[in-house]
This record gives sequence, structure tokens and C-alpha cells, in this order.
Amino acid sequence: MALTNRSIQVDRKPMTWLESIYLWNIVKGMAITFSHLFKRRPTISYPEQTRSFSKVFRGLHVLNRDEEGRERCTACGLCAVACPAEAITMEAAERLPGEEGLYREEKYAARYEINMLRCIFCGLCEEACPKDAIYLSQTFAPANYGRSGFIYKKNDLLIPNPLTEPEAYQKALGEKASKN
Amino acid sequence: MYLLTMDWWLVLEKAILVAFIVTISLVIAMYTTYAERKVAAWLQDRRGPNRAGPFGLFQPLADGGKLFFKEEIIPVSSSRFLFILGPSLAMITALLTSAVIPWGGHLHLFNRDVSMQIADVNIGILYIFGVVSLGVYGIMIGGWASNNKFSLLAAIRGASQMISYELAMGLALIAVLMLTGSLQMSRIVGSQVEGSNYWNVILQPVGFIVFFVCALAECNRTPFDLAEAENELNFGYHQEYSSMKLGFYLFAEYINMFISSAVMSTLYFGGYDILPFVDETKWGLDPNLLSILGFAALMAKTFFFLFVFIWIRWTIPRFRYDQLMNLGWKRLIPLALVNMLITAALILWLKK
Repeated sequence: MALTNRSIQVDRKPMTWLESIYLWNIVKGMAITFSHLFKRRPTISYPEQTRSFSKVFRGLHVLNRDEEGRERCTACGLCAVACPAEAITMEAAERLPGEEGLYREEKYAARYEINMLRCIFCGLCEEACPKDAIYLSQTFAPANYGRSGFIYKKNDLLIPNPLTEPEAYQKALGEKASKN
Repeated sequence: MYLLTMDWWLVLEKAILVAFIVTISLVIAMYTTYAERKVAAWLQDRRGPNRAGPFGLFQPLADGGKLFFKEEIIPVSSSRFLFILGPSLAMITALLTSAVIPWGGHLHLFNRDVSMQIADVNIGILYIFGVVSLGVYGIMIGGWASNNKFSLLAAIRGASQMISYELAMGLALIAVLMLTGSLQMSRIVGSQVEGSNYWNVILQPVGFIVFFVCALAECNRTPFDLAEAENELNFGYHQEYSSMKLGFYLFAEYINMFISSAVMSTLYFGGYDILPFVDETKWGLDPNLLSILGFAALMAKTFFFLFVFIWIRWTIPRFRYDQLMNLGWKRLIPLALVNMLITAALILWLKK
């Protein structure tokens, strides 16, 4: 029974004499391949050219700072709870007197790790965060030689300080800059 | 006294010519591997090798270097002498064929008429056939010496294919030989250059197609490459080979391709004749320049055939073994025979 009108009955007739010397069909096939010499090649020569991602691309995570360069994260753990792949772990610590320039709230993340092998880049951590402390950037995790290299620590994730390295900060912010 | 009377300049001239032709064959074979990969890429909408040097032009050197530095493995159970003889024979026979091909007309240098043909033997084309048949030994010896049943089977496959297709090739050739009335390569080209200036392909289109198909089979090229069949029937007779011995086998294949392209251009496309139906000597050019242009024309034809070889390889899937044998024995040989008989009848009828 035909489910669609697209199915084509396989032709199992014996070959005609013209087909049996193969030449005509070979010529037809060669015309097809020859036409491909003039087709545009979709290749992107990777290290020199990179593919542009869409504005909503969800890539590598970035831990954000506020405009005074203080870490926004308060280690509330909402991202870890929201994470469906359980890729995020953290340890909270209390801000000591004199560290007001480093951390925005009284509590901060002393340890913050994301396992990039577990992460599915769904962006739920970004949505769960009440402090705008984490967002997904437009790059992806580069290759690594071992599993441990894929567990990104706090210093891999933290955005550069906007006061001391403003250019690097803007670069890391990328097109998310207008999002706040 | 004999040594004194010998024409030492002739020896020097031929030695230079031999060195030149061998170098050219090797370099062209080297860059055919590059062309193969590049054309394959283009036909498949890819870019091909483009990292080594500008446009990837140093890629063949990198490939060669890789082959040289790989570990040379000779299996313990193999026959050591034959194992080394196999690839050497393949390489030698591949290079030997270039000796009788007329690469161009005459050059007039230092008050000497220098022929651009290494040896103008009067059985030229038979010599080519003889040497090409010897190429089977390279395959057979390699497959046998490996002491591996798969290599041996592949070698038998390759040898039987080459022998079957040689028949049809010879029959297709006989028609050309009847047209020119000579086995000498320079006469075959000469008859196409002078006089009516027809290229043989105009008089022998069927013969040319048969010859071309057989040349593909002789070179073990797709669609007839089931001697190696690298992706379905292991790697064929070079399975046990590694390093430069494998390189020699692969390289010999590309040299064979180059030589058979040159032979096809010589036999059917006028050799070093620049244009059909045109008498080039009336252009009033310097004869030396004309000879060099002729050499360039032969090279252009050869490169065109090389391109067609590659183009076919990346278009057509491999034949099954029974299809191969059916095509060879039941289609090409009768076709070549009929072509030969019709040609013979026409020649007799026209010449009375």
C-alpha cells in the first residue's frame, strides 16, 4: 500500500543493450560531477575564518562582574538546582571585611565549577540566576586532552575585570552587552 | 677503435633526454597525486589539501616524506627477495614505457638534429605492450611474496584483469596499425601530423573508446580498481607493504596513468601535433619553437587525459568482478573485433 505519492517503484527490468555497455549512463554521471566543479564550496577554513553564531547562541559560561568589577555571584545555588545535567557545583564563603571591592554581596562563591562534559548548554542556569551572575557566551569549549581539563574552575569562567582590563571585558561580554 | 668512432654526442644527448623524461614522469606522477586529491575535493564540493605551502602545493612532498619515514616492515614469513623485487619491478616497468614515446619533433641544437624520442625502435608499440605486460609481474610477485592469502587473491584478481583487458586493447590497436601501416611510434605520429592531418580518433572513435576503457583497466583505476579495492576487499596486493615500498606501488600506478595518457594522445590524438586539420609548418615559426610548442601540446593532451582518469575515478563506483569480466570478454573484445574487421574491409575497399 502506498503511504505517500513520493515512493517510486524500483525498476528491475533487465538492462537494455545500450545500458549494458554502461557508456551512456557513465557520461550522464560524469556530467553531473563535472557541474560540481563550478559549485560554491560551503567550507569555512576554520582557524582563519570562524563561523558566525546567532545572537541567541548558547556557548561557554561566563561568570559576570558588576560595573565596579565585583563578582555578582552570591553562591545561592539556584543555577545548580536548575541544571538538568547536574554540571554545576559550588562552595559558598562569607565576605570578610576589606573584601568589599571583590564581591558584591556578603556571601560569595569560593569555588565554582562547571563540568563542560556534562553541560548540555540549555541556558537554564542563566534563567535561574537572580543576580545576572552567569550567562552563556558565544564561544564553545575547546578540545582538551583529558577529562579534568573540561571541568572549568572559577578562574576559567570569570569575566575580566572591567576596571583593570576594559577591552578584554568588552570582548568577553560580546553581543550580550546590550542584553542587561 | 670502435669506441673512438662511436658518436659520443649521441650518447650524451640520449642520456640527457632520459634524465629529463624520467624526471618529468616522476614529477608529474607526484603532482598527479595532488591533482587527484584536489579534483576529488572539487567534485565533492570540498577544498582539498590547502595547508602545505601555497594552495597546498607541497602536499606531495609531505606525503612522500611521510612514506619515507614510516617503518619498513618485511613480514617474517614473506619471501624476502621477491618482496622487495615486487615494487621495484612495478616501478621499473612503469618508467620503461616512456622510452619509445615521441615527446616532440626535432630540435636543432649545436648543429645537431636532436630527436625528442629516446629510442625510435621499429616495433615501438609492441615494446610498450611487452613492458606493460611485465607490470603484471610486479603485482603477482608482490602478492605472492607477501605470503598472505588476501594479497595473493588480490594479485590474481589484478593479474587476470590486466591480461583480459590487454586482449581488447591489442585488438583496438590493430585498427590503428592498419591505418598507419607501421608499428613505429614516430611513424604513427607522423602519419597524423603530415598529409591529410587527421587525428586517428576521427577515423577510429570506437577503437579509441575501447582503448581508453582498457587503459583504465590496465592502470587498475576505478571503475576497474578491484585489484586494490581499498575500502571493501582490504588493500589488495599491497596489503603487507609499508613505507616506501608501498609508496613505489602507488607511485607506479600514477606513472602508469601518465604514460598511458601519453600513449593515448600519441596513438589517437596526434601526439605532438598542435591542431588537427592544420599544417603547422605553414605558420612560419622557428622549427625549434614549433617543436617545443608540440611538446607542450602533447603535455596538454596528456594532462587532459589525466584529468579524465581522475574525473572518472570520482564519478563511477567500482565494478563487481563478474561485471568486469563480462564487460571485458563479452562486450569489449567483440566490439574491438568488429571495429577491426570493418576498418580492414574499408581499407581494402578504398585502396582497391
